[in-house]
Amino acid sequence: MTKQYETVIGLEVHIELATKTKIFCGCSTEFGGAPNTHTCPVCTGMPGSLPVLNRQVVEYAMALGLATNCQITQVCKFDRKNYFYPDNPQNYQISQLYLPIARNGYVEIESGAEKKKVRIHEMHMEEDAGKLVHDEWDDTSLVDYNRSGVPLVEIVSEPDMRSADEVIAYLEKLRMIAQYLGVSDCKLQEGSMRADVNLSVREAGTKDFGTRTEMKNLNSFKAIAHAIEGERERQIELLEAGKEVVQETRRWDDNKEHSYAMRSKEDAQDYRYFPEPDLVPIVISDEWIDEIKARQPELRTEKLERYRKEFDIPQYDAEIITESKKMADLFEETTAICGKPKKVANWLMVETFRLMKDNGMEADDLTFSPANLARLIDLVDAGTINSSVAKKVFEKIFSEDVDPEKYVEENGLKMVNDEDALRETIENVIAANPQAVADYKGGKEKALGALMGQTMKAMKGKANPGMVNQMLREMLQS
Amino acid sequence: MEILEFTALELGEKIQRREISVREAAQAALAQAEAAEPAINSYVTLDPEGALAQADEIQRKIDAGELAGPLAGVPVAVKDNMCIKGQLTTCSSKILSNFKPVYTAEAVLNLQKAGAVILGKTNMDEFAMGSTTETSYYGPTKNPHNTAHVPGGSSGGSCAAVAARECFGALGSDTGGSIRQPSSFCGVVGMKPTYGTVSRYGLIAYGSSLDQIGPITKDVSDCAAFLEAITSHDPKDSTSIRREDYRFTEALQDDVKGMRIGIPRDYMGEGLDGEVREAVMRAAKVLEEKGAVVEEFDLGLVKYAIPAYYTIASAEASSNLERFDGVKYGYRAAGYEDLHSMYKKTRSEGFGAEVKRRIMLGSFVLSSGYYDAYYLKALRVKALIKKAFDNAFEKYDMILGPAAPTTAPELGSSLSDPLKMYLGDIYTISVNLAGLPGMSAPVGKDHRGLPIGMQLIGNVFQEKKLLRAAYTYECATEKQFERAAELSGTGAAPAGTDGAGQEDTAKEAHQA
Repeated sequence: MTKQYETVIGLEVHIELATKTKIFCGCSTEFGGAPNTHTCPVCTGMPGSLPVLNRQVVEYAMALGLATNCQITQVCKFDRKNYFYPDNPQNYQISQLYLPIARNGYVEIESGAEKKKVRIHEMHMEEDAGKLVHDEWDDTSLVDYNRSGVPLVEIVSEPDMRSADEVIAYLEKLRMIAQYLGVSDCKLQEGSMRADVNLSVREAGTKDFGTRTEMKNLNSFKAIAHAIEGERERQIELLEAGKEVVQETRRWDDNKEHSYAMRSKEDAQDYRYFPEPDLVPIVISDEWIDEIKARQPELRTEKLERYRKEFDIPQYDAEIITESKKMADLFEETTAICGKPKKVANWLMVETFRLMKDNGMEADDLTFSPANLARLIDLVDAGTINSSVAKKVFEKIFSEDVDPEKYVEENGLKMVNDEDALRETIENVIAANPQAVADYKGGKEKALGALMGQTMKAMKGKANPGMVNQMLREMLQS
Repeated sequence: MEILEFTALELGEKIQRREISVREAAQAALAQAEAAEPAINSYVTLDPEGALAQADEIQRKIDAGELAGPLAGVPVAVKDNMCIKGQLTTCSSKILSNFKPVYTAEAVLNLQKAGAVILGKTNMDEFAMGSTTETSYYGPTKNPHNTAHVPGGSSGGSCAAVAARECFGALGSDTGGSIRQPSSFCGVVGMKPTYGTVSRYGLIAYGSSLDQIGPITKDVSDCAAFLEAITSHDPKDSTSIRREDYRFTEALQDDVKGMRIGIPRDYMGEGLDGEVREAVMRAAKVLEEKGAVVEEFDLGLVKYAIPAYYTIASAEASSNLERFDGVKYGYRAAGYEDLHSMYKKTRSEGFGAEVKRRIMLGSFVLSSGYYDAYYLKALRVKALIKKAFDNAFEKYDMILGPAAPTTAPELGSSLSDPLKMYLGDIYTISVNLAGLPGMSAPVGKDHRGLPIGMQLIGNVFQEKKLLRAAYTYECATEKQFERAAELSGTGAAPAGTDGAGQEDTAKEAHQA
């Protein structure tokens, strides 16, 4: 390859909104449930049924639009997108084409050391489809409409990204904003955040865009990164061989780490969009926008600023902790209880992140309560347990959210400060380790550590290490 | 007087006074239906068992003092495009020939709350697409006044059932004239209310932005009473409007003094049958004599209404009818190979020719590259038509004209020339495009004995003015519901006498 190529990427991101009920009916949006139990005439497309817009969906979409610097379309409408597929009970999807709820925004991303803006072309509300279940044995397909009508926001970016890293940074930024706003949990694996990648390549320095392809079925950041790399190489190979890139939709196969063509531009469907006659236009007043703005929770930048003022913790810690709303909430709530921000930050930065990494978890998967972490910190400070016991207790809090006071009590983990008990144990250790005693007395300070370890071991780790150290020294001198 | 002679309100009153039992009323209507159906074919489904069970339950409520409304115990019929839980609801289409809804339409629920007894579901043009009730999968309905003629459409079954006294009132739906035109052809009173006045929840959609449910009755008083019963603000229908006033029966006043009535010259010219013109002008004269100020004016844009209507209605229909695909309910073709072939076979076999024609037309006008030229242009025409009406209502309280250019055509003479059939909607469709209320009331007959209706069109929310004018006309002419002159064919009661079947039922009722 002699020429230099630039990759140009735009994303279509679907975010599932965390409303309690569906976008056009009162059915629950809860994940799971026996097939077709969260359904009604509206979300199963029964004849004569009519959609009624869920106000919360509009407010969540407005919140997302405002947080990404978009203009809110103050008279916005729904349109029908017509296509036949059994997961779509009406054979049209209620979406927005002509007047989407928000337009012309941007988010700022950091990729490497550089900051850049990724512009948002538009953001629209729409309904999700049901799920087809194929029964290979019976050679039949069944359809579950539990997801049918779950609200989605689709965020369409401009083709402003140039690498997989920027794409991931953009997605992480969107996810962080959505999570901070509380409008979505944005889990790629569960499908509450989905991204379609539009990608083209061009010779470095040229202005015109190349022919793009659209990649679907990307269920993880890893898949997105690999798909981008793969597609970039595929397109460059085509161009290098003097062939043309065909505008088409491709499907990523995560197992094979390979994409294949789904349909070309010629096969592209004509969705016959037209205004949804069953819904009236949504008129969004200035007051309504102000209300949403006022209700907008503190986003990361403001949070960082506040942490800097309120809490005496390192800037680095603050940045890591505020990367997810969940972690920031844990920090703030725990600190509010125990009043020890530095120690809380420490527990989160060290032990919590270590255990998350060991278990392949993300912040949103954390289940322990701030109250139990606060109690643990108090137990250590009060000298009730020593720090190595505390780490073990924290593992229990992390996995089962146990009450540390109870747990320490029930398992007899309290620090032993009883001088008689310690004296007896130390006497036994001195008697059993004549060589180490001799070494210490011969000036080898190091030998004291071995004797400490033996004593702690004999005390099952619960001894007050300070006392052991002091008593050992005293008793060895005598 | 025989039970069938009563209007709905008269019957309701007798039921309240315990002079007639709800069961007797239902039995009388059922017996009449049984006698008339072979000749008329008003019903897709007649449900005698269910009707009598409802009758007994309503009687119990009346006796317990829980139901005292003017329509309590009155037997009615419902057009077969409104869902009733557990009851076959076909839209007169093969594709829904086995469909039983899981819920009941809001307008029907309202009627049930008022205590009406639902006898069954009436025939219609398939998916309400047609002007003759000949496109039904269940065969055409005949005009009770002359069974060689159509009853009009698409609510032909409901209008014929009222005209043939197979019920005391019925619900129809009107997308481009489907209540008013068959009411005119069958000599009954029909009203299409202001768009948004009756909930569309449970009405199987044809053209969503135009569809509206309304009553079909023997006279104007019944029309007001039915309208009062079925109207409500329904949060389940986003296009439903909360009206300030639902007391439509208050409009029943014999007084039009000072009322300004405009007759559009565009409605009275070329293409209008001479006898229809005369009858409508006579009716105008009657209102003038009662003190109304009547004058002619130019409405304008009339000829653009038909192309605009068929573009918009077909576009919406092409999308609304997508859900009938054989996947979830209704007819599914046998012997398909894959998903695509199942869709294709099911829809090819399930829909009739007129429905397919409009689906294709609608798909075409919405397709990429044509949307602006057809659909958007039609929407602009729609807005201009609304403006033309707005101008007219600055000068007039209402507009008076014919409901259709002719009286009922002969069976089989319309479908061969769809364009001609579409032109028959010329006086009614603008009203749907503008979302206005319109009603048809009988004003005479042609030389063949076929009824003629006048159409009254009001500004939005002005149903009461229309009712008042129609009621005043009725009072002035001492007009009463005219029984169909002819129920020829087998089993039907000849005009002027009561069928033997009905007497038998009446006897049974007395014995019961």
